[in-house]
Amino acid sequence: MSRHDTSDIVFRRILAVFPISILILVAGIFFELIWSSLPSLNKFGVGFLFSRVWDPVAENFGALPFIFGTCVTSLVALLLAIPIGVGAAIYLAEYAPPKVSKTISILVDLLAAIPSVIYGLWGIFVLVPFMRNSVQPFLGKFLGFLPFFQGPNYGVGFLAASFILAIIIVPFIISVSREVLIAVPSVYKESAYALGATRWEAIFNIVLSYGKVGILGAVILALGRAIGETMAVTMIIGNNVVISPSLFSPGYTLASVLANEFSEADTSMYLSALIEIGLVLFLVSIIVNILARILIWSVTKGPSEIIK
Amino acid sequence: MKESIHTAFVRTRLRRAIWDKAMVYVLSLCAFGILLVLFIILGHLFIQGVTSLNLDFFIHLPKPVGEAGGGMANGIAGTFTLLLLAICVGVPVGLGSGVYLSEYADLRFAQVVRFMSDVMNGIPSIVYGIFAYIVCVLPMKGFSALSGGFALGIMMIPMITRTSEQFVRMVPPQLREAGLALGIPKWRVTLDIVIPSALAGITTGVMVALARVAGETAPLLFTAFGNNYWQRSLTQPIAALPLQVFNYAISPFDDWHRQAWAGAIVLILMVLIINGWAQFFVMSRNRWSSGK
Repeated sequence: MSRHDTSDIVFRRILAVFPISILILVAGIFFELIWSSLPSLNKFGVGFLFSRVWDPVAENFGALPFIFGTCVTSLVALLLAIPIGVGAAIYLAEYAPPKVSKTISILVDLLAAIPSVIYGLWGIFVLVPFMRNSVQPFLGKFLGFLPFFQGPNYGVGFLAASFILAIIIVPFIISVSREVLIAVPSVYKESAYALGATRWEAIFNIVLSYGKVGILGAVILALGRAIGETMAVTMIIGNNVVISPSLFSPGYTLASVLANEFSEADTSMYLSALIEIGLVLFLVSIIVNILARILIWSVTKGPSEIIK
Repeated sequence: MKESIHTAFVRTRLRRAIWDKAMVYVLSLCAFGILLVLFIILGHLFIQGVTSLNLDFFIHLPKPVGEAGGGMANGIAGTFTLLLLAICVGVPVGLGSGVYLSEYADLRFAQVVRFMSDVMNGIPSIVYGIFAYIVCVLPMKGFSALSGGFALGIMMIPMITRTSEQFVRMVPPQLREAGLALGIPKWRVTLDIVIPSALAGITTGVMVALARVAGETAPLLFTAFGNNYWQRSLTQPIAALPLQVFNYAISPFDDWHRQAWAGAIVLILMVLIINGWAQFFVMSRNRWSSGK
């Protein structure tokens, strides 16, 4: 009997190495990023985040243009993706017949499975000409009085990148919000019907307000994806270090500057500045993800535990 | 007075009814609009890809600029090599963690690990590329297949951990109890009864993770780096299909653009086939459990 006990303890200890290695890995990534960006951290300090100079030749680095680009593209992408994504999720959860809902959900998952480099390829050869020839002239003509839609029209730039990001994050918004909406107990909706509410009123006032925290979680999760998305954005944002109010302007994001310049970094300070950008990306994505998990858990976990 | 209240009521009811009907169309438009985008993307991919695809693509190396023809045979082989390396890193750690979380871990520890895997899942793939660059490429003094496989492998860990834990947990407790009642130690029960019972599900999880990293480009940019020839050893730069699609897409040459489309359709078929295969495992597992 005691032989069994020792063998069990040994097995358990060996197996425990694996989950512990996950914790070590996360800590290790954090540590290595900080360690390797120390030269840049020491030289530029907090000012790194607020300086708009990016001059590899003079070894003077600031991340503000990239932070700006990431913020602009992610926010515009969210503006485009939230109404459509949440709308589609409501349709799938509340209106569509089960078979239609299931088919569409599978196709939406297919959209999520397309590698981002393929979105980038499609972006270069289909979306960018479309933006240049149709969307941007149209916006310039009718909304050109706004600073967002002025300036030369190249096709590549913040707006094209935001479009592709919106397409990439929409599947996440749909599938998570759909789950959140399905988790809303139908008793609440039925009570609204009993009070004479129409279907839309019940959905808008009851289901959506019950699920809004979870949907917010879905949106933040999608924001995390948008911030970290690299290839598709790199291929169509135009790669230009600039802070411009115009969405037509070519720009840069945190992730795309890494993709473009990392393997060209010839000095240790240049490399260290780029790794610091990676550190910023790492920290932002962790904060965003933790926030999203907490929000989603607070909704989907609650009801399912009551059912148990 | 009474009349006007009545007409007001009727008007409100009409407005509510119209609003109710209109929203059905608006919402379904959202859903079908997204499907339209999907079909446009897949349509372009299919038309452009199929017209540029030929046998040469699968059996030849890339040709220099200006020479027609050539293919991405080395990229296809490279992607498979990288995926094999990734499996060597991702499966032991992911499966081991999943089994530990399901069979042995106490609640608090399991929650911490689960949470960390979710956090890992959210880390942008390019950050894994930087990490692999720091811990593999710099010490080895050069880009290599090993570092690329390592980057993809650690990306697979959190996904495999979560799915394998889920499937191991689904094994009925009676199976474990039957084993324990026969006097088999718990570790043998875990290895010989629990894991084989959950194998189909675990395989599915591994396949899904594999499909996810197969198309990854960002972590390979400065680890595997790409190579225009056959790689001779794992410590040299290696070609990968997504990398080649990227490099050819941003090049200024029409012939390379065609190759990029061909590469893209091969890549997406690869991802879809691995995903479909994963679904097949889930289905065969369901048949097994419903047949009991």
